[in-house]
Amino acid sequence: MKRLNLALACAVVAAGGALTATGAWAQAQQYMPVLSYRTGPYAPNGVPIADGIVDYLKLVNERGGINGVKLLIEECETQYDTARSVECYERLKNKNGGATVVQPWSTGATFALTEKAPTDKISLVTLGYGRSESADGLIFKWNFPLAGNYWVGADAIVQAIGKREGGLDKLKGKKIALIYHDSPYGKEPIPLLQERAKMQGFDLQLLPVAAPGVEQKATWLQVRKDRPDYVILWGFGVMNSTALKEAQATGYPRDKMYGSWWAGAEPDTRDVGEAAKGYNAVALQNSADHNAKVAKEAVEKLYAKGKGTAASKDEVGDVLWLRGAMSSMVVVEGIRAAQERFGKGKVMNGDQVRWGLENLNLTQAKLDALGFGGVLRPLSTSCKDHMGSYWARIETWDGKQWKISSDWIQADEQILNPMIKSHAAKYAAEKKLTPRDAADCEK
Amino acid sequence: MFYRENGQFKTSYRADQQIFPIRQDRVAIALLLVVAFVVVPLTASSYLFSAILIPFVIMSLAALGVNILIGYCGQISLGSGAFMAVGAYGAYNIIMRVPGVPLVVALILGGVCAMLFGILFGLPSLRVKGLYLAVATLAAQFFADWMFLRIKWFTLDNASGSVAVPDLTLFGLSLESDVAKYLFCLVVLALVALAAKNLVRGAIGREWMAIRDMDVAAAVIGIRPMYAKLSAFAVSSFIIGLAGALWGFFYLGAWEPSAFSLDISLKLLFMVIIGGLGSIMGAFFGAAFIVVLPIALNQGLPRIAGLFGHQITTTAASHAELMIFGALIVWFLIVEPHGLAKLWSTGKQKLRLWPFPH
Repeated sequence: MKRLNLALACAVVAAGGALTATGAWAQAQQYMPVLSYRTGPYAPNGVPIADGIVDYLKLVNERGGINGVKLLIEECETQYDTARSVECYERLKNKNGGATVVQPWSTGATFALTEKAPTDKISLVTLGYGRSESADGLIFKWNFPLAGNYWVGADAIVQAIGKREGGLDKLKGKKIALIYHDSPYGKEPIPLLQERAKMQGFDLQLLPVAAPGVEQKATWLQVRKDRPDYVILWGFGVMNSTALKEAQATGYPRDKMYGSWWAGAEPDTRDVGEAAKGYNAVALQNSADHNAKVAKEAVEKLYAKGKGTAASKDEVGDVLWLRGAMSSMVVVEGIRAAQERFGKGKVMNGDQVRWGLENLNLTQAKLDALGFGGVLRPLSTSCKDHMGSYWARIETWDGKQWKISSDWIQADEQILNPMIKSHAAKYAAEKKLTPRDAADCEK
Repeated sequence: MFYRENGQFKTSYRADQQIFPIRQDRVAIALLLVVAFVVVPLTASSYLFSAILIPFVIMSLAALGVNILIGYCGQISLGSGAFMAVGAYGAYNIIMRVPGVPLVVALILGGVCAMLFGILFGLPSLRVKGLYLAVATLAAQFFADWMFLRIKWFTLDNASGSVAVPDLTLFGLSLESDVAKYLFCLVVLALVALAAKNLVRGAIGREWMAIRDMDVAAAVIGIRPMYAKLSAFAVSSFIIGLAGALWGFFYLGAWEPSAFSLDISLKLLFMVIIGGLGSIMGAFFGAAFIVVLPIALNQGLPRIAGLFGHQITTTAASHAELMIFGALIVWFLIVEPHGLAKLWSTGKQKLRLWPFPH
C-alpha cells in the first residue's frame, strides 16, 4: 500500500480525465508525468530510478510545493520499449494542463522524443544519457543533458587512469580496452576516447558485446590474449554483472576496470558481491549516499508515514534512487527558476520551464538547502550550454556498497566543446535547422 | 435479413469477379473508407493519431506484406524486422544523399532496397522448407542488425549509429502534423492493400497458393517454384520495407538499429497468425490485436479496477496486461486456429442465414 497515494492520483486522473481539471484541481498544480520501466528486462535499473524520481516529487509536495504550486504526479509504464515510451508521452502530454518537461530514461525514447519535443514545447531532461551533443543548447533547444553527458564520463575515466599512472603523459603506449554494449548508448564514448587516444598516445581497443550482453566469452578471450592495462566497461543491465563474472573467471583484476555510470550502481554489482571488489565506475555526479540530507528527509517525511514509493526504505540513498531524485530536483529547480521570472506561485508552461532550465543557477548554498550538498557540485546553465557542469567522480565497489574514491575530476572543456559543437552542427545540417540567435534565447 | 445477396444478379463476368460481389459489402467498405478518411481526421485527438492510429496503420501494412509471404506462399519468415530495417535505412540514405529527392520517391526506393534484400535472403527457400526456412530467414535478421550497427556508411558515419530524418514534405506541403502523417500512411495502406488484394486474386496469387498447398503438385502442373517463391519474397519484402520506411519516418522520426530487432519480426509473425493466414483482412485484425490491445488493456485495467473501488499500480497493470494478453492469444488460437479473419467470415455466414437458420 506504499504506492497508494500515487495510485490514487492515477486512478482519479484516469477515471476523471482532463475534465476534472476544474473544481478541486483548479488550485494550481504543475503536472509531472513520469515515464518509468518497472517491468521488462531492465526493471532492476528502472525501479530504483522511478522510486527516486517520484519520492523527490512527493517530497516537494510535502515541503509545500514550488512556491505553493503542488505537483501532480502520474506514472506511465514503458517497459523500456521505444514504441511504448512514445505512446506514454503522447498519452500524457496534453493531460491536466499539459506536460512541460519529460524525463525519458531510455536512449531509444530520447532519440524519438527529441523529434517531437520542439512541436510540443516540452523539455527533455536527460541526466547523463541520450545524445551527448545535445548539450549544445543553440541547436538542441529542448534537450537538457544536465550535470554531465557520456563524454564527460569517459573523459573523467581517462583522467582517473592517467592520475593513477602518475600523469596523463604516462598513458603513452598503454593499452586500454573499451568493452561496450553494441548500441548507440555503448558507442557514445568512442569519439571521445579516440580523441584522447590520439592526444595521449594510448592504444584503444574496441570490443563490442551484442545486446543484451549475456554472451561475452569471446570478448574476454580477447582480453585474456591481449591483456590490456585497463578495461572500460560501457554496459547496461545484465551485461555488467556478466562482465564482472567473466573478469573473475579470466582473472582480470577488477580494480583495473572502470564502468560507465550505467555500470556503476547496486543492481550491477550486488549479485557479484565480493568478486567485484575494487571495481570502479564513474559517478556522474552522484554515488550512493544514505546519509545525504535529502535521503534522510525522504525517510523521515515519506517512509515514516508510509507514503514512500520504494518497497523498502533501504533503497533510499542507493545510486539509482539518488540519481532519480537528483533528476527530479533539477527539473523542480528549473520550474522554480521559471517562476522567479514569470510569476511566483503560478503554473508554468512549456516555454517558461525551458527558460528556467536554461537559466539554472544551483549554488552550493542552494544545494545544501535542498539536501543535495555533497551529492552534486554547483551547476549553472545558459542558453548555449544545456549541460551546466563538466564534473565527475570515481566510485569504487567495496564488496558491499559503492563509495566515492576520488576527488572531483573536471572533464577537459577544450576537448569536449569542439566535439559537442561539431556533432551538433552535423545534426543541424541533417535536419536543416538554424541555430538559435540571442533574441530567441530571451524568450 | 439485411445481409443477403438474393436478387443481386450478375450479368457480366466483370461484375461477377469484383472484389466485393455483394452490395452490402460494398456499402460497408465505402462507409469504412469514409470513416477512415473523413470522420477520423475530423474527430480524433492528437494522442489517438500519434500513439494508436499511425502505428496501427503502418503495422497493418507490414502485416499485409508478411501475410503475402507466409499466408499466401507458405514461406515462413522470421526476417520481417530486417526487411523493415532495410526499407527504413534505404529510404533514409536516399533522402540524405540525393539532394532534392521527393519523399515519395525515397520511400519507394527504400521499398526497392528491401525487395532486393528480400530476394537475396529468399534464395534459400528454393532448397529448404518450413521451419528450416524460418531459421534461414533468421539469418537475415541478424545480418541486418549487424550491418546497421557495424557499417557506418549506412548511418552517414554517425558515431552512435542512430539516425534522424529531416522534416517531411510532400509537393511543398508540410507533413509534420499528426493528421497529415496519418492520412499519408493511410493512403499508402489503401493503395497497397488494393494492389495486394488484386495480386492474390490473380494468376500470380494462385501460383503462390499452389506452392503453399503442395509445391510438388504445383511444379507438375507447370508452375515454376523459383519464380513463384522469389516473386512472393519480392512483393512481400517491398511492402514490409515500405512499412519500415514509414515506421522510421512517420512514427519514430529518429531511431537506432534496435528499433527493428527480432522482437518486431516476432510481433509481425504473431499478427498474421492471430489475424488469419492467407487473408488480407487478417492483417488488419492482427495489427489491431497486437498494437492496440495492449495499450487498451494498460489504460483500461486501472479504470475497471477503479469502478470496483480498487487501485492498482502501474506495475500491477503492466503485469496484468501481459498475462491477459497472453491468455487471449491462447484462447483465440484454441477457439479459431485460422485466426480472427476466419471468425469474421463465420460471423458473416451466420448473418446471411439470420434470422432463419436451417
